[in-house]
Amino acid sequence: MATFYAQNVLGGLAYGSLLFLIAAGFTLIFGLMRIVNIAQTAFFLIGVYVGLMLLNHGVPFWVAVPIAGAAVAVLGLLIYRVLHPYHADELTSLLLTIGFTLMLEDAALAVWGGDPQSVPPPPALAFSVQLGTLVFPSYWLAMIGISLLIAAALFFVERRTTLGAVIRAGVDDEEMIRGLGIDVDRAFFIVFAIGAFLAGAGGLLGGPITGAYPGLDGELLPLAFAVIIIGGIGSLEGAYIGSLLIGLVGTFGKALFPQLSYFTIFVPVAAIMALRPQGLLGKKR
Amino acid sequence: MARVMRYVVTAAVVAVLAMGTGPAARGLAAGATPLKIGLLAPTTGVAAAPGHDMINGWKLWWAQHSTTVAGTAIDTTYYDTGSNPNQALTQARRAVEQDHVNLLIGPYLANEGLAVAPYAEEHQVPLFLPTVSADDLTQRKASQYVIKVAGWSSSQTTHPAGGWAYDKGYRKTVTIGDEYAFAYESVGGFAQTFTEKGGKVTKQLWVPLGTTDFSPYLSQVTAEHPDVVFVCVVGADAVHFLQQWTSFGLKAKVPLLVQETVTDQSSIRTLPPEDVVGIIAFSHYAEGRDDPATQRFIANYANAYHALPSYMAAGFFTAAEWIQLALEQVHGDVADQQAFLNAVRTVSVPDSPFGPQRLDPYGAPVENVYVRQVQRTPARYAGDAKTWNVVLKTYPGVSQFWTYNPAQYLKQPVYSNTFQGIAK
Amino acid sequence: MRRPADSGRRRALIGVIAAGGIVLATLVPAFGLPQYYVSLLTQTCIYGIAAMSLDLLVGFTGLVSFSHAAFFGTSAYITALLLTRYGVTSFWAALVLALFGAAALAALFGLLAFRGEGVSFIIITLALNEIIWGLAYQWVDMSGGDNGITGFQRPVIAGMHLTGTPAYYLFCLAALVVCAGLLVTIVRSPFGLVLRGIRERPRRMAALGYPVNRFRYAAYVIAAVFAGVAGVLFAYYNEFVGPVNLSLDTTVQILIMVILGGTGTLLGPLAGAGVVVFVSNALSNITQRWELILGAMYVVILLYARDGLVGIARRVWRAAGRRAPAAPTHPALARENPEAEP
Repeated sequence: MATFYAQNVLGGLAYGSLLFLIAAGFTLIFGLMRIVNIAQTAFFLIGVYVGLMLLNHGVPFWVAVPIAGAAVAVLGLLIYRVLHPYHADELTSLLLTIGFTLMLEDAALAVWGGDPQSVPPPPALAFSVQLGTLVFPSYWLAMIGISLLIAAALFFVERRTTLGAVIRAGVDDEEMIRGLGIDVDRAFFIVFAIGAFLAGAGGLLGGPITGAYPGLDGELLPLAFAVIIIGGIGSLEGAYIGSLLIGLVGTFGKALFPQLSYFTIFVPVAAIMALRPQGLLGKKR
Repeated sequence: MARVMRYVVTAAVVAVLAMGTGPAARGLAAGATPLKIGLLAPTTGVAAAPGHDMINGWKLWWAQHSTTVAGTAIDTTYYDTGSNPNQALTQARRAVEQDHVNLLIGPYLANEGLAVAPYAEEHQVPLFLPTVSADDLTQRKASQYVIKVAGWSSSQTTHPAGGWAYDKGYRKTVTIGDEYAFAYESVGGFAQTFTEKGGKVTKQLWVPLGTTDFSPYLSQVTAEHPDVVFVCVVGADAVHFLQQWTSFGLKAKVPLLVQETVTDQSSIRTLPPEDVVGIIAFSHYAEGRDDPATQRFIANYANAYHALPSYMAAGFFTAAEWIQLALEQVHGDVADQQAFLNAVRTVSVPDSPFGPQRLDPYGAPVENVYVRQVQRTPARYAGDAKTWNVVLKTYPGVSQFWTYNPAQYLKQPVYSNTFQGIAK
Repeated sequence: MRRPADSGRRRALIGVIAAGGIVLATLVPAFGLPQYYVSLLTQTCIYGIAAMSLDLLVGFTGLVSFSHAAFFGTSAYITALLLTRYGVTSFWAALVLALFGAAALAALFGLLAFRGEGVSFIIITLALNEIIWGLAYQWVDMSGGDNGITGFQRPVIAGMHLTGTPAYYLFCLAALVVCAGLLVTIVRSPFGLVLRGIRERPRRMAALGYPVNRFRYAAYVIAAVFAGVAGVLFAYYNEFVGPVNLSLDTTVQILIMVILGGTGTLLGPLAGAGVVVFVSNALSNITQRWELILGAMYVVILLYARDGLVGIARRVWRAAGRRAPAAPTHPALARENPEAEP
């Protein structure tokens, strides 16, 4: 019984940690620019594929991660150049990201084909650890740590740097910030690139857990939304806590109520929507 | 500038519409009545890889043989089902109503097949199913138009597994299956024969299609301490399952038996050998089968595509052969649909990549079922694939009813997640 | 200053064109086209109803709902389940129960959706759509899961068998005309004018004493009922219902029809439905990369033809020297908008 709980807690935390890498970028982009980036999970998908391609060419795992992230960041910037004039129009920018998602999904299929592919973890973490009666892949444990580190780094940037100040201020009042002479447009580009980078790097980091296949982005998108609703739009801490929560609920849901596991993820979501629409840690709008 | 763009956009939309309805879409102009075949395969979506394999197998046969058989030209049009029953149905409609195909072949997923079959029956268009294995399409819902040419039925391959497992000394099992018809039928076949011999199914886990994280289910397996675990999952799920079966330590501890889709080439192709070598499956196909017809087929396939063929490729390759034989039998006359269908039902292939195959009165194949095991490929194929399936044992001439009397068998309902044939 | 005779003449012209269009559409089966095209036109009618009903929300009430397929699909599922599992044979019984189901679902969703505004509304309706989809996909005992529900036939109504393609097309065409008529009546009614006011100046309307959220809620449920009609028609058309029919993909598809056609015009989304149905079918005939092209087209349309086909038509109309009338709006806001008709 203890093994059952331990396995599912760790599994849930690992999956939640993976979700954070998507949700973080999503919430940063939305928080600052009010853009609902539907393409965020498509960025993740491209990140896994690019990362896998790099691995197949012999690039070491930890080198491939930032490269994959950078590649997707470049892609993100190109997309943002089209989005930027519309960033104030929430609906148009959302619809544009939907259009881009359709394009990215099919482009990925054209380039990398439709076979589901597995992403090998870095050789140093390819073993499984034995914790009492529980056997658990070490990479999944590492995922929890990696995500925590990234979260910490993001919190640091948000709290202690000028960029972070602009982001936090921009979330509250864009006009005011512009009035102070701060180059908000540049901040927008940077943040979109960071959001895309996180998704892309997150793709390769998450790849050993999710694999790479057409439709991965579509499966992750509703989970990303669930995280954002629970954690609160625009809040990084909310994204982190929300991700772990969704990961845990999802995993236990599957173990205990397989036919309703999706539903069990969204019950807390619906509850938050009803009781506290701004999410656990979001700001009231 | 903006205005110009608007006109360009409108013109483009109109042009595309016009193109879509033009000659290119209408297919072959009439000559001596050709046999127009609509091949439904997913080339986009979750099942895109099997879809490409299906088309590769089909094309390989016609690359080796003339597309004019007994004076009749064979004209194939390919339709993308998008791994989606809705789209499969729309494509079937297009094939039949716009392009006037004489017969449909495909699609791939069970749900695509179940969506298209009633349509085909209603419009009296033959539907050949080399890859859709839904049991009922040739049992309680059998129709004269739906034939599993070069195909199989889900529980056909798993019926022998129950007895085999029991004879190996296993008494307690836990089953894992995707939450849909194909897996219910596959697991049910095993569960029925295993329990009839005296084995016990202590737990049955059904996982949602598209599961990437099997750990919640694997945690339940370890808790039950079974002698053997029987699994049926498909596509991306098979890849994830196999990876995690190893990384959560179960491969080393618990014997595993699977339905063929789990260790099909399309799944094991992309996995490291350590994750898959040694796993035993029950199937109607094995790439490593030591037989001239099979080896000739995979050698040609490897030459053409630098990969080893999955059962989908073998199925479409053999279906093409089947159609050729039937056409020869009716001397190329496709106008008489009944005669052609009768010919299809009476063709038998003495040796195909699957082995010998013939159809039973319900339109399902009687063929070999293999107990096969994943092993590393020999040197000559090492460049095309890392692992392949080798035959351990053959059950010859297995029908969809196993050793049961068909009339008796049909009295029980089709396998579902509420009926698994478990003997009390 | 426009003379009353102008708007009277314009209305008459529109009426004649509409009547002519309906007659033409009715005669399509007689043109000898392959059944396949009649089949696509049937889809256009069905999705047209869905798109027009979404336009009621998006274009007239200012609510961008990402939950529309939930109602379309739920209604289709209810129809399929009633026919296959509960032995219902009457079309009308299925219709009433399915519409009731769609309305009930919308009433439930509405309680949650209107807790937020703007983007929050979008996100919440999107999440709600996903919840319903998740149920259909995973609650296999209820919905058949990915295998969907099949095994039912097109209805027999008043002794007429609607199984054949032309017969069912005409039936859907009739339904389209009825629904379009009802929707036009709704948007021109005082209720409709309030909705428009809410779209343009929600705070103003609230200040004027209108219970804004209640009107939105009402519009949401009404739109869901029409989407439900489309869902019932779809179930019979397809003779198969699966989770994809209430998925986010379908919601987005319907939304694209609305945007493409032009929001706030009703006719636009109907045209948009036709374009999407025909173009996506035509494209997939030509190339495997049809989804890529479709995505690119949507982006281009969003960037350069934002008010859709109707917007393009209006610009052409204006370029030809005629004035296109502005949309009517609520009397309280009319003073700010002299071009609008009260």
